[in-house]
This record gives sequence, structure tokens and C-alpha cells, in this order.
Amino acid sequence: MKYSANSVWENKDGYDIAVVGAGHAGCEAALAAARMGFSTVVFTVSVDSIALMPCNPNIGGSSKGHLVREVDALGGEMGKVIDRTFIQSKMLNKSKGPAVHSLRAQADKADYSRAMRQVLEAQENLDIRQMEVTEILAEGGRVTGVKTYSGAVYPCKAVILCTGTYLKARCIYGDVATYTGPNGLQSANYLTDSLKSLGVKMYRFKTGTPARIDKNSIDFSKMEEQRGDERVVPFSFTTDPESVQIDQVSCWLTYTNEKTHEIIRNNLDRSPLFSGAIEGTGPRYCPSIEDKVVKFPDKNRHQVFIEPEGIHTSEMYVGGMSSSLPEDVQYAMYRSVPGLEHAKIVRNAYAIEYDCIDARQLKSTLEFKEIEGLFSGGQFNGSSGYEEAAAQGLIAGINAARKLQGKEGIVIDRSQGYIGVLIDDLVTKESHEPYRMMTSRAEYRLLLRQDNADIRLTKIGYEVGLINEERYQRLLQKEEMIREEIKRVQHTNIGTSDKVREILVSLGSTPLSSGTTLAELIRRPELSYEKLADIDVKRPDLPYDVIEQVDINIKYEGYIRRQQRQVDQFKKLEYKKIPDDIDYDEVQSLRIEARQKLKAIKPASIGQASRISGVSPADISVLLVYLDARGKRS
Amino acid sequence: MKKETIAAISTGMTNSGIGIVRVSGEEAFQIADRVYRGKTKLCDADSHTIHYGHIVDGDETIDEVLVMLMRAPRTFTGEDTVEINCHGGTYVVRRVLETVLKNGADAAQPGEFSKRAFLNGKMDLSQAESVIDLIHSENEYALQSSISQLKGSIKNEINDLRNKIIYHTAFIESALDDPEHISVDGYGSTLKAEAQGIIKRLKDLIDSADDGRVIKEGINTVILGRPNAGKSSLLNVLSGHERAIVTDIAGTTRDILEEQIRLGDLGLNVIDTAGIRQTEDVIEKIGVERAKEYAGKADLIIYVADASRELDEDDCSIIRMTRGKRAIILLNKSDLHTVVTVENMRETVNNIYGYEMNEEDLHIISVSAKEEYGIRELEDTVKSMFLKADLSFNNQIYITNARQKSALIDAERSMEKVIQSIEAGMPEDFYSIDLMDAYEALGNITGESVGEDLINEIFSKFCMGK
Repeated sequence: MKYSANSVWENKDGYDIAVVGAGHAGCEAALAAARMGFSTVVFTVSVDSIALMPCNPNIGGSSKGHLVREVDALGGEMGKVIDRTFIQSKMLNKSKGPAVHSLRAQADKADYSRAMRQVLEAQENLDIRQMEVTEILAEGGRVTGVKTYSGAVYPCKAVILCTGTYLKARCIYGDVATYTGPNGLQSANYLTDSLKSLGVKMYRFKTGTPARIDKNSIDFSKMEEQRGDERVVPFSFTTDPESVQIDQVSCWLTYTNEKTHEIIRNNLDRSPLFSGAIEGTGPRYCPSIEDKVVKFPDKNRHQVFIEPEGIHTSEMYVGGMSSSLPEDVQYAMYRSVPGLEHAKIVRNAYAIEYDCIDARQLKSTLEFKEIEGLFSGGQFNGSSGYEEAAAQGLIAGINAARKLQGKEGIVIDRSQGYIGVLIDDLVTKESHEPYRMMTSRAEYRLLLRQDNADIRLTKIGYEVGLINEERYQRLLQKEEMIREEIKRVQHTNIGTSDKVREILVSLGSTPLSSGTTLAELIRRPELSYEKLADIDVKRPDLPYDVIEQVDINIKYEGYIRRQQRQVDQFKKLEYKKIPDDIDYDEVQSLRIEARQKLKAIKPASIGQASRISGVSPADISVLLVYLDARGKRS
Repeated sequence: MKKETIAAISTGMTNSGIGIVRVSGEEAFQIADRVYRGKTKLCDADSHTIHYGHIVDGDETIDEVLVMLMRAPRTFTGEDTVEINCHGGTYVVRRVLETVLKNGADAAQPGEFSKRAFLNGKMDLSQAESVIDLIHSENEYALQSSISQLKGSIKNEINDLRNKIIYHTAFIESALDDPEHISVDGYGSTLKAEAQGIIKRLKDLIDSADDGRVIKEGINTVILGRPNAGKSSLLNVLSGHERAIVTDIAGTTRDILEEQIRLGDLGLNVIDTAGIRQTEDVIEKIGVERAKEYAGKADLIIYVADASRELDEDDCSIIRMTRGKRAIILLNKSDLHTVVTVENMRETVNNIYGYEMNEEDLHIISVSAKEEYGIRELEDTVKSMFLKADLSFNNQIYITNARQKSALIDAERSMEKVIQSIEAGMPEDFYSIDLMDAYEALGNITGESVGEDLINEIFSKFCMGK
């Protein structure tokens, strides 16, 4: 299947930035670039697949919800769109600490896709073009444009690759393989070779999705109903909380059983994963049901969540049972699950293999180290998940635009956001599977809460031009109110009056033996800012988001201060930049492994260098002295 | 958590009698004030002044010291610096260092003082290479010694504790990442019991640290006896085949122990005092008072008596020095006509002590240095005195390095914090913070970083959803 366009012609529309792919990364990248004033074109193999959700029908979840909030705080679109198109929403981990509260919404997939497409279509400076990009054009280590399957050359100054799972994609179940992207969409078969010829190192990853089953064939009476929250919290800081209090739909919980597992075990030899027909590396965090059965033989059942794909469809997603087993085994397996005895499969489960890059070829700005003006985001960078993709797409879009503005790229560091953790991990650490965000990856997570994403990041969004003046001023007011109220609470003395005693006892708390401050009382585990309203007579009337910040900051002050100190340490190394032209061969006494890794990854800072596996603290000391001496010499 | 202020022994551990513990960094004075008792508060003292006082660890006074206080920037490192001059020989210097570490300083990394000096502009540009070389060589040295040190049981014990800690953390974290598949509700009580078990084992490790010093560095031994009692021949027999210069570990301290005499698996470290290289003539040369001083600090006194002659006044004063100490009395020359028997000696000792010693606590052995007999019994006796009875020697859990001890203490503190969080009713995600701190601290001992351990543990032990 060799391609060649007979005639080559040049498009004269004068685009500054070309975005390749219109999934969750591509949409954010294209919107950011256009909003920052650059004429942008976004290519997609199918306009009908813009912002497609080819796998699970939800946005957010543990730590992913944080990413959506952060994208929103920076001026991205995902949060706003899901707030308009969700059909159920939950705040996860509500009984845990505020750092791990995380929003997750079930999306109406079609609505989500359509709503995002409308945003793109309405965006000034942004054109949508249905066409496969086949070549990246570069001269002298600098990108000059892209070429399409049709033979058109689009000259531009920056290109953002957001190809998702489409590069040389192959979908597989049993011994059936189709050379398509997700949902039977056309794959992109030429770009990989173009990238390789530019010296880009490629990986091959794999992921998978479960079957979709017709709702009318499911017996829900055998399942547990899973409802959304009574009071829904929106993703976007700009969404009116009242606007998201809608009628929600339910999800359903059922379980696999020994019979299911036996069917799977008996057919393992027909699975492409175990027969070796799939060469790509799969993710450990969303294993196929056959993986689970093999890896955890002691578990006699696994949870299965039946989730609606939307309101206007009867297709249901079978969460927890992704598979690449043959079609007949899929039928048997799904039908062994209570409630699915008569299940009718609409779409088969399948595994998908695709090309992506070793993201250590990227700078923290998501620009290729060796190809100026070429950026990338999303699954192409070896991540997985809609939210991870959106976050990278946004940063790549911002930084491509900054590049054209002649400004330094934006880097969110690990102490500023999950986005920073995500990108730093991708560009620094070796990865053998699609990377998924996890709360345990964020070392400063007590500071990186979903509730304070605006306080952490909106200022940056404002500086790059994605947050308007009004929203920024609102943030400053909010911060001021929080500061004032924390001060007041710390200085409000509470005596030992009968009234105080009575209130404390009624709240299940020990009465005071001597006076204290309101702040001290808030710190008691059984109490909170809100619960102490009756004691606090001079309390001003404050919006809920301010109250929430006051409560958390007072309640967890000790822990927060401790993490802040760690962050101060971290920043010291992060601010020590390593010049691009450093010659590691010149640095004596680096161990060989460290030297090789440093040469390959070219870390931007001492901090990043210290996170490379194989670089020891002694190597870091050596580097510090070397750089200092070098600085003094010049 | 990484600390900003560092400490190390800055003199070679050559038993010179004087050793210096150097503390450098922002909190140097505050930390020094926590361990120093003297007339002045060091925080308030003028720069470049010397203060007399004592170093204390809680209620225990460790040493009489002179503390030199220097404020930044006129110091070697360019930071606030305190130098504690101790008198008590290697053991006491180490104790002072440990106390400083316990009170908030971090053990200095290889070459760190020089590194800081350089980065703070206190060194000439031409010295960059030598600083780099120093970091490199000290690091290699630390690596080699820490690897050889951590054989067998201690490494297994620490790895076992780490495995437990990471398992519990991974469980909590997997539940936080996938709350609909895994529930961590009510896990606090399980974890509390586990944490208490871990703390107990950490405490045992910390307690064994002193035994570890004894084994690894050798037992600080004073050999006492009248002239011609046979001390020299005994030393020759003991050191005969395996006299070795042994350098001891310590990334931070550069301890160098001079001559060590091997006694089977054990090292006997004959205490050399400043200016006095031969212990044989301790009595004559430094007099009874000085001998008492050294005997008082020794881990072990070997008193060599001449069994072919009657005991005299010198013998009595030596016996007095052994009171309340770990001591072995050797009746030498038992190949000759013996005047002093084990029974005679026991009686004399009990008379001098003024109380009756248990037979098993009073070690009297007939030996012949000349015929090399009784040496095996001596060896067995030393072993039984210094090794816990329930552990065979090779399995003895020991930690010798001050850094390792301070890492153990850090780990224990982190585990205590886990329990505090549980008792305070904090949500489960808070436990992870201190659990991972403990995990990291223990990793510093075995030379393993955290890396992707937690993520790997989550995936390998817990079935995540989707």
C-alpha cells in the first residue's frame, strides 16, 4: 500500500500552526493556538470523529479529574464541554482527604463530541480540515510545514502532532485483525515513516476496549444501581453550579464469576495477547479481563460496571471487561455475567496497537529537542486517557504559540500541577506502557488539589492570554477573601462559655478547658469551618469556594506547611538550569551510566537530571560543581 | 525529608583522642543549641568564638567539649558552621555525631562540605576539579563500604520492612486511585497494628546499632597487666597470622581504624592513646590515673595476670579498674608452675569488688601465650559477652554507620507519625505521606531509591479496574 500523490501543490491560506489530529489533545492544542492569535488548521481523518471518546464514556476520575480542573484553570475547554454534556457525576473519595477528592462524570459521548466540534467551528482563526497528514516537512532541524495524502503542502511555522492511536493502527480480537483506528476509522499509515526519517524514535503500544451491549438485552434487576451525587459539582470554575443540577442516569454494577473465568482460561490459547500476535505493550492499569484472570487467579470475581454511552443510544459500555478474545468467546464470557445472560453485542471488544514516540525526545515544553517548531501531545507521546491527552494538547498548543510569539515556553512544574507531573514523567522517565495519571505519582499532592487548581494555575492562563481579565480579577478577589478570612479565623478567640460548651458537645467534640482560637477548633477531626458557624458570631457571608479553601488550609495547615517546605527544596534544584550546549564528556567523574543517560535525555535543569534513573546524588553534586565553575569562567 | 543542615566527623578517626564534628547550614546553631549545655546560648554568641560545655543526648552527658562557632560567610563552607571538639576518642565522637543527626542535621553526602564551599564561592576556580574528584572518590568509597557492610540479615531485615511498608502504601493508593474497585475504609486499625510491629523492629535495629559498632569496628579493648605478665606474647599470639589494617566504612566520617586484631570473627581494637602506641606499658607510662580513664571508656578490659607469681598491689589496682566493666582475666603462664589459681583469683576479685560476682559473669581463663592454649576459650568468651545469645554471629544484625542509624531513626519517626495520623482520625491518604518517608529513609540504608516502586507495587499486588 504505497502512497504517492501525482501532483503536489501548495496551500496558500497562510496558516501559522498545523495541528495533526482532532482528538482530546488536538482540540485543546488547536483552540489554544487560535485563541492566542495564530492562524491554525486542525487536520482530522474524519470530521465526524472530532473529540471522539472511543473507549470509556466518562471524563475525570481519580487524579484525572484534577487534570480536567487544571486544563480549565489554564483556559482549556474540556471542563466546560463536559459540564454541558454529562449525564451523571460523582465526586470520588469524598470520605478521604481533600487532596484525593476527584470528579468523574459520565458523558453523553455523542453530545460531547458534537459540543466540542461546535466550539472548534465557532473559534476565530481556526479551520478544520478533513485530510490525512502523511509527512512532516523540515529543513535544517526546523519544521516548515506538513504534506497531506492528497499531495497538498501546508507551509507553517509550527506543527503539533496529536495522532492518538491512529498511527499504523491495528485492531485485533481473536485471529481477526483490521488495519484501522478505533471504531473502524481510517488509520494513518505514512506519518510514522516520515517521522523516522527525521530521526524520531518510535514505540509500539497497545490498549483495548470492552464490548458495547444493547441496553434492551440487559436484565438490570440482577445488578446494583449506581447513582450520581445528589449535589453535582461542575468541572469548570466558570460553570454556574446551579446549571449542573440535572436529572442523572444510572450506571449498574455486576460481577464476573468462576464460570466466566473458566471460559476465559479455556480459551487463552486463542487470545492474540497470549499467542504473541500482539507485539505492543499494554497498560497495567486497565488490564483486559483475560489479564486479570491470569494475573490474579485467587480473585473469584471481578467488578463489571455497565455504563450508558449516551442518552440517545441504547449502547452500554461494559467497564472492567476489555478483551481481545475471539468473538464467540466474547459472547460466552459476557453472557456468563449475571444480568447479561441474553446480552446482544453491538460492538465487539478489541485490542488496538499503534505507533507512538519515546517522549524523552521532547523538552518539557513538548517541543522536540531535535526538531524546532515540532510539538506533540496525547497518546502519541505514550500516555493514555482523554484527560492526559487534553492536558498535553493544551500545553503543546500554548507553547507552539509562545514559540511564534518569540516567548519562552510555559512549563508547569511538579509542584504546580498534575499536568507538571504528567509531562515531567513522560519526558524524563523511561516508560514501557501507556502512561496513566495516578494520584500517587504526585509527590506534593496535598498542595495539588482539584479544589485549588484555579489558585495554582489561572494566573499562568491569564499571562498566556487564555484567561480573560474578568475571570482573572475574580480570582484575585477570591484569593483576597481567603487570606482575610484565614487571618480572622486564626485571631478569633473562643472562650469557655456555656454556649460554647453546649455547641461543642452537640457536635460530638470535647468541651474546652481553657480558651482557644477558632482555627484550633477547626483542626479537630470531628469539626470544620462550616460546623462551627454557631460559635463564630462575627462570621462574614462568604461564597462556598472561599469557605472550602479556608477550611482546608486551616485544617491541614501542618501537613500543607510540611509539603511547602519540600517544594521549596525541590524548586532550588528546578531553577538550576543546565545550558543546552553542555558537553557531558567534558564533565569528569560522572559515572558512565549517568553520562549516557544525561547525553540522551538532555535535562533542562538539575532537578530534572536528578529524576533520571541511573543518575545518582553524587553525579548531581559533580554536575553542580561543574556548572558553577563553568559559569564563573565565562 | 531532606534537611538543609549537614554534619560529619571532620577529623580522621585515628584515635588521636580529639575529634571534631562539623555542622554546617542554616540551622547549625539551633541544632547545636539542642545538644549543647554550657553558659551561653550558641544562637546568641558572637562569630568566631569558642565555648566550653557538654554535649548531651537527653539526660545523658556524652562528652565535655569545646564548641567553635562561626557565622557565615567567613567559614569554610560559607554557611553558619559549628565545630564540636570532643575528647573521648572514636566512640564518643560518633556518639556526638549521632546526637547531632538525631536533632535535625543530615549526614553529609560524599564531598558535600567541599561542594558547598565551592558553590558558595569559598574556593578558587582552579579547585573545581579537585572538588569533583573528591566527591567521586568519597562516593566510590561509601558505595563499596555500604555494600560490603550490608550483607545477609541486616539487608534482609530492612528489605522486609520496606516490603511491608510499600505493600500497605500501595493498598491505600490503589484504593484512592480506584475507589470503586478497592475500599480502604477502616484500614486504619489494621495499619496501626502493622505500624506498631514495624516500629518495634526498627527499634531493635536501632538498639543493635551499638553492637554493630562493636563488631564492625572492633571491640575497643584495653589490655592491662604488670610488666612481664605476658602481654606482649599474648598480643603476638592474637595478632600473629591475621594482623590487618582495616579501614572502616562511613561515607560521612572517613573513620579509619588503625590496627585491628582479629579474634576469630571478631575484631579486637587495642586502644591506642594519644602519644602512646603500646598498651603493654600503660601502667608505667601514663600512671594509674590515666589507665583508669582509658579503662573506663573501653568496651573490654583484658587483664593479663602472671599465674606463676603472687598477686601484688599493681594487680589489685588493675582489678579495681575492672569493676563494673566487661572484663576478662587471663591467668597467663599456666603452662608453668601456677601460684594463682582460678579460685584464688575469684576470691581476690570478690574481695576487692566488695561483693560476690556470679560465676558466669566473672570470666577467668587459664591461658598460655607461649603454648597458645586457652586462646580459643578467650575467643568464645569475648563472643558470648558481646553477641546476643539468641543470634549467631554471622546473623547478627548490625548497623555501624551513623548515617544508617540516623536513617533508622528517621524511619521510626515517620512510622510514629503514621500512628499519630491514625489516632487523630486523619483520612487514609495522609498515611501514605509518612509511610513513603519511612520507605525512603530505609532505602537510603540499602542504597535504593524510591523510583517507580510504589506504582509497580500497586499494579503487581492489586487488581485495578476498567
